[in-house]
Amino acid sequence: MGLVENGKLPGPLTKLLNISRKYSLWVYQWGLACCAIEMGAAFASPRYDVMRLGVIPFPASPRQADLVVISGTVTDKMAPAVRRLYEQMPEPKYVISMGSCANCGGPYWDSYSVTKGVDQIIPVDVYVPGCPPRPEALLEGIVLLQERIASEDMTDRWNRDPIVVT
Amino acid sequence: MNSEASTQQLSYIANQASDARVNIELETEGMTLNLGPQHPATHGTLRIIVRLDGEQVVSAEPVMGYMHRGYEKLTEVRTYPQVTTLVNRIDWLGSFANEVPFILAAERLMEVEAPARAQWIRTALFELSRIANVVLFLGDMAVQLGATTPVFYAFRDREFVLNQIESVTGGRFHPNFDRIGGIKDDLPKGWIQETKDVLVRIHSFCEEMEDLVVGNEIFQTRTRGIGIIPADTGLAYGLSGANIRSSGVDWDLRRDGGVGLIHDQLDWKVWTHPDGDSFARYWVRLQEVRESCKMVGQILDGIPSGPIMAKVPRIIKVPPGEAYVETENPLGVMGYYIVSKGDLVPYRVKIRSASFNNVSITPWVLKGVYVPDVISILASLYFILGDIDR
Repeated sequence: MGLVENGKLPGPLTKLLNISRKYSLWVYQWGLACCAIEMGAAFASPRYDVMRLGVIPFPASPRQADLVVISGTVTDKMAPAVRRLYEQMPEPKYVISMGSCANCGGPYWDSYSVTKGVDQIIPVDVYVPGCPPRPEALLEGIVLLQERIASEDMTDRWNRDPIVVT
Repeated sequence: MNSEASTQQLSYIANQASDARVNIELETEGMTLNLGPQHPATHGTLRIIVRLDGEQVVSAEPVMGYMHRGYEKLTEVRTYPQVTTLVNRIDWLGSFANEVPFILAAERLMEVEAPARAQWIRTALFELSRIANVVLFLGDMAVQLGATTPVFYAFRDREFVLNQIESVTGGRFHPNFDRIGGIKDDLPKGWIQETKDVLVRIHSFCEEMEDLVVGNEIFQTRTRGIGIIPADTGLAYGLSGANIRSSGVDWDLRRDGGVGLIHDQLDWKVWTHPDGDSFARYWVRLQEVRESCKMVGQILDGIPSGPIMAKVPRIIKVPPGEAYVETENPLGVMGYYIVSKGDLVPYRVKIRSASFNNVSITPWVLKGVYVPDVISILASLYFILGDIDR
């Protein structure tokens, strides 16, 4: 994938690679708090069934993952571990910040021990609001991310604004 | 029970002695294994530092605080109705059950009592949230021992319970429905019949788990006789809920505590198990789901009519005083100690949550077991991280 990142591949080939990346997103389940259960419902329950979107929620370690869902409250004690996990993931990597706590601190906006927003420590691609968001909202975030991946040009990957699910 | 426990202790000592001999002969070194802070078996972000000698655990030390969100401090700057929004998120699987003891304690200070209909609906939602909580445990414990199917079944049937909670409260996960002096809204039309259908579903789910998991030979081999907690040790560590009932202690606050909720008007049974091992903890919880279904069924049949709110002032000021109320929550005994100075906000709230005590027995119970059994014991103790760290 190094050639893709440099933008040196011809357009049609990039498109082909983008389609294959889009439909084989390996997502690492980083369950932190309440949202982890809704994430589990989206990933493991037959009603929502994330695998029909081409998202595979079974990597054994962050080193095999393309996408991480930060689901729940990030506390100051947990923040170094989140950062370390993100650094272990191979490029290109994506982050979904799920729930109010990970977005901005949520109901703990005045707490002494909570990191107000995971975007203080790692870059975020998609924000999913809600406390907790319904599984459908998480699926919507994943679909929007896939649309972006499909038309992605690696050279301006870092210049884009994050997606906000509304 | 005591003989089994002493057998475990004796075998542990024998194992230690033999290992010590091997260590001297082979000069093996201990190894430190970090379980967590992110590990599927810890239901969140608990870290357990396990020192191993070969395949055996020499010592285990839980490291908590990765999910500490400062509830007790935050409640000092929230008004009483706002506090329920926060405490919903302590045990996030059975959210409604967290609000109930806080509201009951505030009601006791204000000397108001909810009308009968509100109490019945409260109890129904309390038991529904217990079902939503424990059903996930029944699937999750199996998945941690290597059986993937039960967790899919659990999520499938849990959705229906959540639907019912949502159609009453408007919140799938965090209802924030309990009010001082009653509840927010009445039941929607047709809810009682729909809930009865869901209860049938949960009953058949319990049958499925009985066949799939409890009757499974591999499951029995991995849980029977593993992680035995004798009754006196469990009580000394402050275990509560199904964890202590599976050690043979017949203690359930729904029957013995009897404040505010109407469990004493229902016909149900407290299940205990004499063994105190991982299997017993699974089995007791399975029976509790059935009992909860039974209770909700009786509530739906006998729910009285009438108002759902007592007369409460619009702006709630709680008179000065102290109150402690505890209830039997899905994970065990949960209590709130409220100190009020007659203000809009509580002066101090101490939260006694079940999982903190349930997890503090891990250094004792993990001593001398083998590495695969660590997962089985942790899963069967069933703690939730928000409930430990608060």
